[in-house]
Amino acid sequence: MHELAITQSIVDLVAERAAGRRVLSVRVSVGRLSGVVPEAMSFCYDVATAGSPLEGTTLVIEEVDGLLSCRTCGAESPADDLVLLCPCGSADVAVVEGQDLRVTAVELEREASCA
Amino acid sequence: MCVTCGCSDTASRPDTEVLLLEERVLAKNDHLAAHTRASLAAEGIVALNVMSSPGAGKTSLLERTIREREDTTFAVIEGDQETSFDADRIRAAGARAVQVNTGAGCHLDADMVHRAVHELAPKPGSVLFVENVGNLVCPALFDLGERAKVVVISVTEGDDKPLKYPHMFAAADLVVVNKTDLMPYVDFDVDQLAKHARSLNPGIDVLPLSVRSGERIDEWYGWLDRTCRTT
Repeated sequence: MHELAITQSIVDLVAERAAGRRVLSVRVSVGRLSGVVPEAMSFCYDVATAGSPLEGTTLVIEEVDGLLSCRTCGAESPADDLVLLCPCGSADVAVVEGQDLRVTAVELEREASCA
Repeated sequence: MCVTCGCSDTASRPDTEVLLLEERVLAKNDHLAAHTRASLAAEGIVALNVMSSPGAGKTSLLERTIREREDTTFAVIEGDQETSFDADRIRAAGARAVQVNTGAGCHLDADMVHRAVHELAPKPGSVLFVENVGNLVCPALFDLGERAKVVVISVTEGDDKPLKYPHMFAAADLVVVNKTDLMPYVDFDVDQLAKHARSLNPGIDVLPLSVRSGERIDEWYGWLDRTCRTT
């Protein structure tokens, strides 16, 4: 299950960016063509964060639909699986959206200001 | 922005703030893979990531290649969850090998391969096979710094596999269809497999052969030579 390794990468990345500040939640975007199953990622998040500074934080997953651009007719069309075909019949297409996995935002406890 | 639902209301959580990142999750892996690719290129070493389900014949293909292509120097990184059986077979065939045991892991990643390359120190101008963990799912997602990805499938597995494991076949440059000597005993249609693979990846090469009998093995060597010449 590659979701565990990928989720571990998310935990490592967030811990690095948080630099010791308390994390409340993590927001990620998962493309529907990325090969990652969101439910598996949610399951792995609890395992990957257990015993780490991120234990008990919330993972919010936003799914991103696939989008193709056709080199034959120039039109854009949605894609929900990897058999990439433009409605015009052409298979000469480029994936515009839906393949990425990103950590988009992290909610952190506000740092106490020096009064 | 509220991190929970994406709205712009931050007033409800005055004690928190949102750090916008927009960072690719696999950026670290891909950065390391790019480093490995550049280091190998500087030494004239060509790395090939060889993937398949368990038992399709990856190690047998590499053994025969090492034994028959005496004019080429090969080195092999062997990925398996446990044991050093495959590295032992490769060494017996005459090439240097390092075994990476992934334990619970189901694929090799760029960090494992980077460390293995340092341990193996392949000779300049050699061909470096990275034999991934037997698995048609997870290895597809991880760039290891290879020049090309090769998927090995055997005729006993069924010609519908590209549609069942689309990420693997979408990522590959070549499909080797192994064990063609068993064709009289199975219902496997090479044209059907090629059609399915090309519906995911129009540019993919499909090469049926038998490692055991040697049928069309020369075409594999031809593909290797062409891939090594490409820069």
